[in-house]
Amino acid sequence: MNSLSYVSIMKEWDIVAARQMGRELSKQIGFGTVDQARITTAISELARNIYLYAGEGQICFEAIKTLDQKGILIIAKDNGPGIKDLSQVMEDGYSTSGGLGAGLPGVRRLMDEFDIETEVGKGTKISTKKWVR
Amino acid sequence: MNRDLRNIIIEHNDAIIQNWSKEINKLKEQNYTSDISDELYEHNNQEFVNVIIHSIKGTGSTKLVKDFSDRIIQLGWPLSYITDGLLVFRRVATNIILKQVDHVDSNTANEVLRNIDSLVEPIIRQLVNEYSVSWEHVVSLQRIALQELSAPLIPVMDNITIMPLIGTIDTERAKFIMENLLDGVMRHNAEVVLIDITGVPVVDTMVAHHLFQATEAVRLLGAKCILVGIRPEIAQTIVNLGINFSNLPTKSTLKKGFMLALEITNKSIVEMNNKSQTLDELLGKSTGSEEDHENTDLKTT
Repeated sequence: MNSLSYVSIMKEWDIVAARQMGRELSKQIGFGTVDQARITTAISELARNIYLYAGEGQICFEAIKTLDQKGILIIAKDNGPGIKDLSQVMEDGYSTSGGLGAGLPGVRRLMDEFDIETEVGKGTKISTKKWVR
Repeated sequence: MNRDLRNIIIEHNDAIIQNWSKEINKLKEQNYTSDISDELYEHNNQEFVNVIIHSIKGTGSTKLVKDFSDRIIQLGWPLSYITDGLLVFRRVATNIILKQVDHVDSNTANEVLRNIDSLVEPIIRQLVNEYSVSWEHVVSLQRIALQELSAPLIPVMDNITIMPLIGTIDTERAKFIMENLLDGVMRHNAEVVLIDITGVPVVDTMVAHHLFQATEAVRLLGAKCILVGIRPEIAQTIVNLGINFSNLPTKSTLKKGFMLALEITNKSIVEMNNKSQTLDELLGKSTGSEEDHENTDLKTT
């Protein structure tokens, strides 16, 4: 469990690898089955975004701790095209790929904290946290 | 020079094999192969070094190399066993040859190294190539096996079909599911198709999207889809994601889904107990009068 655990996303099957790693780590940290499912699904969405829009990138995992709570930090970063219309992307039902358009807003609801940095032409970095309740 | 080197190697192959085995056994302790039994390890090393020596003598056949790499794969040993073994061989052989040469200056050393390389490189290439080809073969077979499992369709009754899904759904598999589903609906003349996702570990927006598309296509054919096997945690993530499943009938278990399917197709399952009960009742009635009872006895005999 260190900050170095990450999965490179290049092929579609890497999404599964990222999911597996996230599920393992969240189990170790002590999340219940429902939260494990939430975290795994969030990772799946983030990894799929990288695969679909950026081509390649990374999903990093970290177990985090404060004085009174434990949690997981997931960082998805890529050097892809970036997001032009961020506010639209965060709306439900907006998709450029014919999908459901629930990906990013869904991740925000699945997790506790959500932060996105993006620059057109440079890439995107999404950091999201979930705390054990 | 090349010829000479080859001869030196062949002449000293006992020494080389010995040194090689020593070195490779040292490697064994510190890496991957530590849990392999000594006997097996020894045996394979013997075979490995034979393959190398044969190739250098020029008496080795591709079959020998292929058999060896096949065996290594079958045992599940990593590729690094092969590359390590060959690198060690190169080092050992270089040492022994340099010992044979009386006068070593940088030129001869260089030449020896270059020649050793030209001897060992083809073997490395061939073995690694064989290994990766066999490996790819295994992977492609598994892919086919997986594909056969990916979207099974089971006709359980007239007009009712079940598709149990287990494992991750990716784009390729989603395509299969769609094709098999539509094909099955036509072939089995299905009215209701139950899609069981009990074994699907993650339902994200992509999976949901594919399920929607598949069910919509089924609807266009005039059949009805019921999604069953939704576990509680999956239900919660679906709600969190904000996916709207409202135009797709869902049930928690296959059993409940099947009941609904029976209802839709105007069928019901009748327990056999009931039948025997009614038979008992009939018999019970008949035992009421002695004559009737005799009659039934007559009938049955």
